Amino acid sequence: MKHYDLVIVGGGPAGLAAAVSARDNGIESILIIERDKELGGILNQCIHNGFGLHTFKEELTGPEYAARIVAQVLERGIEYKLNTMVMDISADKKITAMNREDGMFEVEATAVILAMGCRERSRGALNIPGYRPAGIFSAGTAQRLVNMEGYMPGREVVILGSGDIGLIMARRMTLEGAKVKVVAELMPYSGGLKRNIVQCLDDFNIPLKLSHTVIDIEGKNRVEAVTIAEVGPDRKPIPGTEERYTCDTLLLSCGLIPENELSKSAGVSLNPVTSGPVVNDSLETNIDGIFACGNVLHVHDLVDYVSQEASTAGKNAAAYIKNGSSKDAKIVEILPVDGVRYTVPKYVRPTEMDDTLTVRFRVGAVYKNCSIATYFDDELINRRKRPVMAPGEMEQVILDKKKLGEYPDLSKITIKIEENA
Amino acid sequence: MSTRELTCIGCPLGCSLSVTLENGEVTAVTGNTCPRGDAYARKEVTNPTRIVTSTVRVKDGVSPMVNVKTASDIPKDKIFDCAAALRDVIVTAPVTIGDVVLADVAGTGVDIVAAKNIAAC
Repeated sequence: MKHYDLVIVGGGPAGLAAAVSARDNGIESILIIERDKELGGILNQCIHNGFGLHTFKEELTGPEYAARIVAQVLERGIEYKLNTMVMDISADKKITAMNREDGMFEVEATAVILAMGCRERSRGALNIPGYRPAGIFSAGTAQRLVNMEGYMPGREVVILGSGDIGLIMARRMTLEGAKVKVVAELMPYSGGLKRNIVQCLDDFNIPLKLSHTVIDIEGKNRVEAVTIAEVGPDRKPIPGTEERYTCDTLLLSCGLIPENELSKSAGVSLNPVTSGPVVNDSLETNIDGIFACGNVLHVHDLVDYVSQEASTAGKNAAAYIKNGSSKDAKIVEILPVDGVRYTVPKYVRPTEMDDTLTVRFRVGAVYKNCSIATYFDDELINRRKRPVMAPGEMEQVILDKKKLGEYPDLSKITIKIEENA
Repeated sequence: MSTRELTCIGCPLGCSLSVTLENGEVTAVTGNTCPRGDAYARKEVTNPTRIVTSTVRVKDGVSPMVNVKTASDIPKDKIFDCAAALRDVIVTAPVTIGDVVLADVAGTGVDIVAAKNIAAC
């Protein structure tokens, strides 16, 4: 069986940045496995701009950002396989994959980086009542059809969910001549970035109805109309608030779920809040030598953050390949409480971590005039004011190795949201 | 004196900006975390502009579409003219990032450039 020091599952922004970082940290034998026909992942269909301000200090479209990282991979001569689907990863790091040239094949790896990204929540997962006609697409499917394949999914559109892809597609469909009638969002706040509400909805006078959901889909062959209704605090439709919109297309932008079927088969523990692997400060999962980064770990707002995180994973995988596991080091758990839904990573090893560690998380509701507080056991270490926090926008806390070193008996770190006095 | 509250669209951080105006002149911008926010706020209340991104068809390429963008921002009220001008444009592969796909779109003086490399098939 062919052996690689490092196999990376997924050739999107996370997998590519991880590969570049591992190579720059001295790992020669690397294989990237990608199921699509080109590297770059979801960036290839994200033709809007605004990518790369942190990484490249300029505003790029998704394909331009992808092209730059792909160029880094090609310059380094890193091996990759396209059109190749990984079927299984075992706990002893044997990867089973298949493609048209090699058929079904196995490779063995010293370390594995999971970089499979995420998937959109489907209609089935949303339990929307009504008929099942043609014309119901996830926003990302519509995005691929319009931007990469050159097909228009429809002419009169209703969008359920205000995730970023839905907002971006509201603008995209409008520019391609469709009429986007309304965006309905179940929650009382948008799941997307504020800037996308401004430049994708407000710019085109597309109404956003918060606390609304789709309660009926009409049409036997093709969507003919959808009915939306306001929901109460229990998220149940309020009778008498129904509004019917004639349309031929319903787009769903109702959340992204890390794609972890392969992680599960390897025995990787998942966090039920993120649906992504539980990792320590080196982004290593509970399985020795299996690391995770990007949207398979938790869904990010910015590809720049994915690139940073993936570089960390690549560097740490390289260290694992060279030095073996350092999991025996003392572990401190980070507890997310009072509005903080989760943290990535969940565990810190104060003696092994880098000089600083960026802990990323999301809050569970909209908070105004609050602070992010960090406690080492019961002692307040840091309190940072945040005028506005929302679930759609990722937050972070930076832990300092020196500071942690001053607390040799530390048993837990707590991150919470506190109201400003 | 009046103030306008804006959300910066410069990057996904989406800073909440507050612009102070006196007789139509911007006197102060607060809430931005970088100079782009300041520049955006000043422009947004006087002459709002946007980068427009879209796609055009490709002949003889490995992909049927190539994504394109305005080389710089154009006035907001020209967005639809820009989209309409791109509707019938067809380019022939190979296409390289930065290739001018359509010069001076909708009389804005701004070119439409390719934003993806598409090899010939």
